[in-house]
Amino acid sequence: MKKWVVLVLAMLASPGLVHAELKVFACEAEWAELAKQLGGDQVKVESATTGLQDVHYIQARPSLIARVRSADLVVCTGADLEASWLPLLLRKANNRDVLPGQPGFLAASKFVTLLEKPEVLDRAAGDIHPFGNPHIQLDPRNIGLVAAELAKRLQALDSAHADTYAARYADFKGRWDSAVDGWATRLQTLQGARLVTYHRSWVYLFAWAGLVEAGTLEPKPGVPPSSSYLSELLARLKGQEILGIVHASYQDSRPSEWLSERTDIPVLLLPHTVGSTPQVTDLFSMFEILVSTLEGAAR
Amino acid sequence: MKRYTLIFLIALGLAGLGNPSIAQVQMTNNAFNPAMSLILDGKFAAYSGDFSGFDFAGFPLDEEVSPPPEGLSLGESEFVLSANVDDLFYGFMTVALHQDEGSTEVELEEAWIETLSLPGGLGVKAGAMYSDIGYQNSRHPHTWDFVDAPLPYAVMLGGNFADTGVQLRWLAPTDLMLEMGAELLRGESYPASGAGNSGTGAWTAFARLGGDLGDSQSWRLGLSYLSGKVVEREYDPGVGPGTDLGAFSGDSSVAIVDAVWKWAENGNPRQRNLVIQAEYLLREEDGLLDMAGDNFNGSSPYDISQDGFYIQGTYQFRPSWRVGLRYDRVSADNAPLLPPLEGLLETAGSPSRVTAMLDYSRSEFSRLRFQVANLDNGRRSDSQVMLQYIMSIGAHGAHQF
Repeated sequence: MKKWVVLVLAMLASPGLVHAELKVFACEAEWAELAKQLGGDQVKVESATTGLQDVHYIQARPSLIARVRSADLVVCTGADLEASWLPLLLRKANNRDVLPGQPGFLAASKFVTLLEKPEVLDRAAGDIHPFGNPHIQLDPRNIGLVAAELAKRLQALDSAHADTYAARYADFKGRWDSAVDGWATRLQTLQGARLVTYHRSWVYLFAWAGLVEAGTLEPKPGVPPSSSYLSELLARLKGQEILGIVHASYQDSRPSEWLSERTDIPVLLLPHTVGSTPQVTDLFSMFEILVSTLEGAAR
Repeated sequence: MKRYTLIFLIALGLAGLGNPSIAQVQMTNNAFNPAMSLILDGKFAAYSGDFSGFDFAGFPLDEEVSPPPEGLSLGESEFVLSANVDDLFYGFMTVALHQDEGSTEVELEEAWIETLSLPGGLGVKAGAMYSDIGYQNSRHPHTWDFVDAPLPYAVMLGGNFADTGVQLRWLAPTDLMLEMGAELLRGESYPASGAGNSGTGAWTAFARLGGDLGDSQSWRLGLSYLSGKVVEREYDPGVGPGTDLGAFSGDSSVAIVDAVWKWAENGNPRQRNLVIQAEYLLREEDGLLDMAGDNFNGSSPYDISQDGFYIQGTYQFRPSWRVGLRYDRVSADNAPLLPPLEGLLETAGSPSRVTAMLDYSRSEFSRLRFQVANLDNGRRSDSQVMLQYIMSIGAHGAHQF
């Protein structure tokens, strides 16, 4: 009986024991992609969420608990974006190496400047994020800042391959910075363009590209659009020149379509992370598609 | 004493709720306030006939198991505090207040500490806790999908099993989640009683396995066992005129099988999702019953076996709206008692219930619920209508699977 139990446990445990690579658990697909870019063959990356999921509303599923248990590095946005599931996941996973404060835990939002820190914390204003807006990945310069820190962590956790990580980072950084300059130049003609969004998740893009948010489909952050509120928004938008209604793949498309039909403002499906549409295969194609969609709308 | 503790807690809570500890300039003593939340719960219930509580012939019940009173009532108002103690420990406490016939009662629901940094996937928890047996057992009422607990939980665990003790958990380093654990507890809570075995009167063991099926589905299966010493547990058959109080002493055991399956398109539960959950419970009790009352007087060996299950499904069809349906049932196979107690454990069929609910959540923090049920106790059936609000303020609640 005892032998049998030991055997079963050994079998179950074996996939975890024979790993050579560094195991990275990313809360969001953009950080998973960044870890792949910087880690290459040395890392095994898993993402807790896909581009089709709303990262505010994830449950601490058994599969996620199991993956955090075996992770060497957890990379998340932080700033309370994952407040309803990440702390629980970390407590259930019994993995002391990836707790906040350890080298194995990286909160991306700590390494960028957060926008929209609320002055008043009152849930009557919706499900606001007390530390500031956490949707930081939509300013490509933030991706560069997080990449620098992520490269450092990979080197620290897997010092045997430190040189490889340093070289991969230098290569990525060069390509990324020149791509960001290119996108910024192309977006210059769009300065001041007004857009409607669903959730206040595009503020970093808007701040970087000089775009203006003309309204949101959600009456308040986290509160789904209601028909009375949408009618109000419709009235408010009358006569304004709006470039588009920004839609993300994980959101309900009906409110955007409803507004579009009544205003002739086009719905723009913008990638908010990697994998949000089949075409968005990495961080470069994410911003390339984002910029070209905006350019297309302006033409 | 209780009252002062309460006032202190509320004051602490208010300070925290109004004073976000994130403000950078402010470095006062409350900068390290724990995460706090307050849960408010109110109900309205209407019953057909003169329904005043569960009346299941042959099923002795824990006194705490009673449906909400008829008319307007307040549920539990729960105050939750939690924080890391230091880098090794995490602490958690829940205090519930409830109204009972005009007075307010304070109940310490949970107060435990947990390790954060044990190696090898191990975790230890100690204190007063909701036992981790089954699926529904560790959930507080405000996270339930229906107003009330399923019948097998009500009958066999007195709503849920919570006790004071220690828990050891191990999470296997596998791709499928495999978690195993055991608890050693005081043995003072129903179905155990009297803190037998020198204050270690109950133990549990549980194991569960879970994972995903593609992006859209996830599941969990669990197996649990609870064994408790019963020392003079109050026994009120609740039949006939006059008073009949007795005591049962012996052993009680409960085995639970639980299964949960969840679906959400692309794993994005925000828009639409479906949850099917079912549990089977089997309880066996063996010992001696002593009765001293007007109708029953005497003692007899006592050997009962009860089992029951519930299956429920909830479907969120729009971001704010859910519907749910539940069927639950309990049966008993009791050995007849010796005269003169022979009539005590005679059953009148198997109580069963069908429940339907609809709820609306404006945000993650509020919920309004409407529920109808039909309860058949084997002799007659009652219709029930309930309305409920559940609101939480303060720290963000956790999205448990």
